[in-house]
Amino acid sequence: MSTLPLEHDYIGLAEKASPSSDEDGKTFKETELRLGLPGSESPERKPVSGVCVSLFGKHNNNNNNNNNVKSHHHVHVAGAKRGFSDAIDAKWGFSVSVTDSHVSESDLGKASALFSPLEPKTISSQQGNTINTPAASASMAIKEAKPLQEKSPQVPATNEHATAPPAAKAQVVGWPPIRSFRKSTMASNSTKNNDEGERKPGFGCLYVKVSMDGAPYLRKVDLKTYSNYKELSSALEKMFSCFTIGQCNSPGLPGKDGLSESSLRDLLHGSEYVLTYEDKDGDWMLVGDVPWGMFTDSCMRLRIMKGSEAIGLAPRAVEKSKSQN
Amino acid sequence: MKKTAYSFPEEVLEHVFSFIVSDKDRSSISLVCKSWYEIERWCRRKVFVGNCYAVSPPILIKRFPELRSVTLKGKPHFADFNLVPEGWGGFACPWIRAMAGAYPWLEEIRLKRMVVSDESLEIIAKSFKNFKVLVLSSCEGFTTEGLAAIAANCRNLRELDLRESEVEDLSGRWLSDFPDSYTSLESLNISCLGNEVNLLALERLVSRCPNLKTLRLNRAVPLDRLPNLLRGAPQLAELGTGAYTSEMRPDVFSNLAEAFAGCKQLKALSGFWDVLPSYLPAVYPVCSQLTSLNLSYATVQSPDLIKLVSLCEKLQKLWVLDYIEDDGLEILAASCKDLRELRVFPSDPFGLEPNVALTEQGLVSVSEGCPKLQSVLYFCRQMSNAALNTIARNRPNMTRFRLCIIEPRSPDYLTLQPLDDGFGAIVEHCKDLRRLSLSGLLTDRVFEYIGTYGKKLEMLSVAFAGDSDLGLHHVLSGCDNLRKLEIRDCPFGDKALLANAAKLETMRSLWMSSCSVSFGACKVLGQKMPRLNVEVMDESGPPDSRPESSPVEKLYVYRTVAGPRLDMPGFVWTMDDDSALRIS
Repeated sequence: MSTLPLEHDYIGLAEKASPSSDEDGKTFKETELRLGLPGSESPERKPVSGVCVSLFGKHNNNNNNNNNVKSHHHVHVAGAKRGFSDAIDAKWGFSVSVTDSHVSESDLGKASALFSPLEPKTISSQQGNTINTPAASASMAIKEAKPLQEKSPQVPATNEHATAPPAAKAQVVGWPPIRSFRKSTMASNSTKNNDEGERKPGFGCLYVKVSMDGAPYLRKVDLKTYSNYKELSSALEKMFSCFTIGQCNSPGLPGKDGLSESSLRDLLHGSEYVLTYEDKDGDWMLVGDVPWGMFTDSCMRLRIMKGSEAIGLAPRAVEKSKSQN
Repeated sequence: MKKTAYSFPEEVLEHVFSFIVSDKDRSSISLVCKSWYEIERWCRRKVFVGNCYAVSPPILIKRFPELRSVTLKGKPHFADFNLVPEGWGGFACPWIRAMAGAYPWLEEIRLKRMVVSDESLEIIAKSFKNFKVLVLSSCEGFTTEGLAAIAANCRNLRELDLRESEVEDLSGRWLSDFPDSYTSLESLNISCLGNEVNLLALERLVSRCPNLKTLRLNRAVPLDRLPNLLRGAPQLAELGTGAYTSEMRPDVFSNLAEAFAGCKQLKALSGFWDVLPSYLPAVYPVCSQLTSLNLSYATVQSPDLIKLVSLCEKLQKLWVLDYIEDDGLEILAASCKDLRELRVFPSDPFGLEPNVALTEQGLVSVSEGCPKLQSVLYFCRQMSNAALNTIARNRPNMTRFRLCIIEPRSPDYLTLQPLDDGFGAIVEHCKDLRRLSLSGLLTDRVFEYIGTYGKKLEMLSVAFAGDSDLGLHHVLSGCDNLRKLEIRDCPFGDKALLANAAKLETMRSLWMSSCSVSFGACKVLGQKMPRLNVEVMDESGPPDSRPESSPVEKLYVYRTVAGPRLDMPGFVWTMDDDSALRIS
């Protein structure tokens, strides 16, 4: 990869990332997509202006540089729970954390005081409803006490997007209301009419399937609704976080004990995930190695796979993109 | 002894009932008295289930033991626009398994927006000896292997229609699995398939089925094979072409024109993918007999479209891209006086600037010139209250009106006012309006109009509209015949919903996404209304990990006699009584 086009990151981080292509390690790291789960090493968090594209967590470039070259494509674990809680943070201003295990008495007290929504006065018809039992309040309180430990100074990915000026018109999901069948037909109409590869104004919808090892079903995303890796990663994080924390595995019991011990154990075993994609040639590559535009052109499907399986991908991905330039 | 209706032998009543076909009427009959209920349920042959979760297979089978035809719909309508995540539900398998056991004489299965597996198709293929009709509309989850099972086993198949389904196309070999002795095909729609089917097998199949009336090919059937297919089926009434070639070949053209001229019964044309304008004249011989024309994938420009359309004097239904422009629609209005349905789709919906000269004027022209126009779907970039008013007054016979102004919250481009009055005129003048989709800048006032005048309205779609709960309240309290309400990105919240909870039991379903309905309100609704399933969808985690006042991402409420469903994926939570207790 001789040059990295500036456009690869719309948040304006490309300036930092691109020109120095000879510092291979650094630029790769900067376009690298990482998934991390709590329980593995969590390096210190990067400031907002950092360029790491990280799924389920943030990490520091400097730490990466200290690892050997091969491992820079490994999962860099920075706490999937934090990533998830960041998403929650941004949305609800409220986070749930698994990694923090100590809950002090005073925190419990604070939490139950903080946590008023279950009180009768907010919803009038709940007088005498069993959800107001002390046991219920207590378990809610325990859950809510944890976030007090989590003063997250880092800015979640979603906030970054809110402040960054969009380079292209952001597509609202499902608007205008055009059926997927029509969208995909028209999209391939456009490409057919332009053999030179010129982008005809048109449908550009790029639905790709996303599967995750161990998840019971796959999801679909429209790559056109994202303009860079960060947006994609935070969207995927939201979509699949319910699998990593095991909550979705027990329907009907959401959050009964907060996050169950068994799911915590799973996470602590440090199963690491990597985001990969299958390109037009049928090869599986790591997401994040190539400029965004090139990625959306060639991505046919996405797969969040276990880090251990992804190890072999690294050199090929590097070589392939080198040969493409 | 006085003879009463009760003393008629059952057979007589059955015979009388056999003339009553509409579901509504059948329902009414069954409510007359117990014996009529019994007789009716034993002789009901056809059932339509608008929401597969409103009832369960055992309940259906228990009540109607002798069905021959079942129609099921699964996912909410907004699933078409990617608003319903994968894995949500709508699984056909439990239904098909149950029916395989209960209805050995089942003849027809029609599914819409459901997840169908190859296994289900295999069960269908092996279980129903007299199976005749399979329609899979906007379905997914199956491959061509499932189709092979159908082809190989269903000796009496009349109709195989895969319209707009997502099929994993593993190979085109499946079509060859229709045995040589099989000749009963009447309708085949494979337009959604990606790969090439075995063309020789297709030609042989088409020519040996004398009753073939509908043939909708997929893109992979090249143009030069079309004449042969047409010659093999001169009795065709509906044709969907395959793809057109990229260069004009006079020999292909003349062959095609001749073949088309031989199709004296052709009434409907569709397909036209990648069509070169110079090929369009090949269909001129049939234009004067066409009643339905779907050019919505034909990326040709206005002049060519005009030439074609102006020859179709009997046209009743036209689907076209906005390349037709206002000029083309004016010609349409002048030429096609029998037009009943018009759909204009956008060629460049995501572009920031208009790419064609299509405005509100085109629709106004058609509303003026086509006295029978009753169904409209129109995508455009500008609209005015004046235009909507004119359309409403021109066409009080309008029954379906769906307008999509591409930019959300666009005001009247002339006055910069909301479009409340324009849509108000539509509901006021079009007294038989059954379906309405809104767009543009709209305040609570438009909903007041809808609640006041939309008495026959059955389905309403709303996006980026309204100011407050009052808007939703107007609709729920005013629209007496409302069955389906789907709302996205509107500031509607708890008050209107809870105040009109009882209304929801009279409707099929309510969808609200990116609105302001709180989790707490959803819980209350679920607890208070046991005959509703209140489902909250949230991909960022369980709703109870957030304050009760937090708005839910998506809410889907539907009436049911089957209780909460058991196949919900991890991002869907039911707010029914039991689980509300568990959540706390």
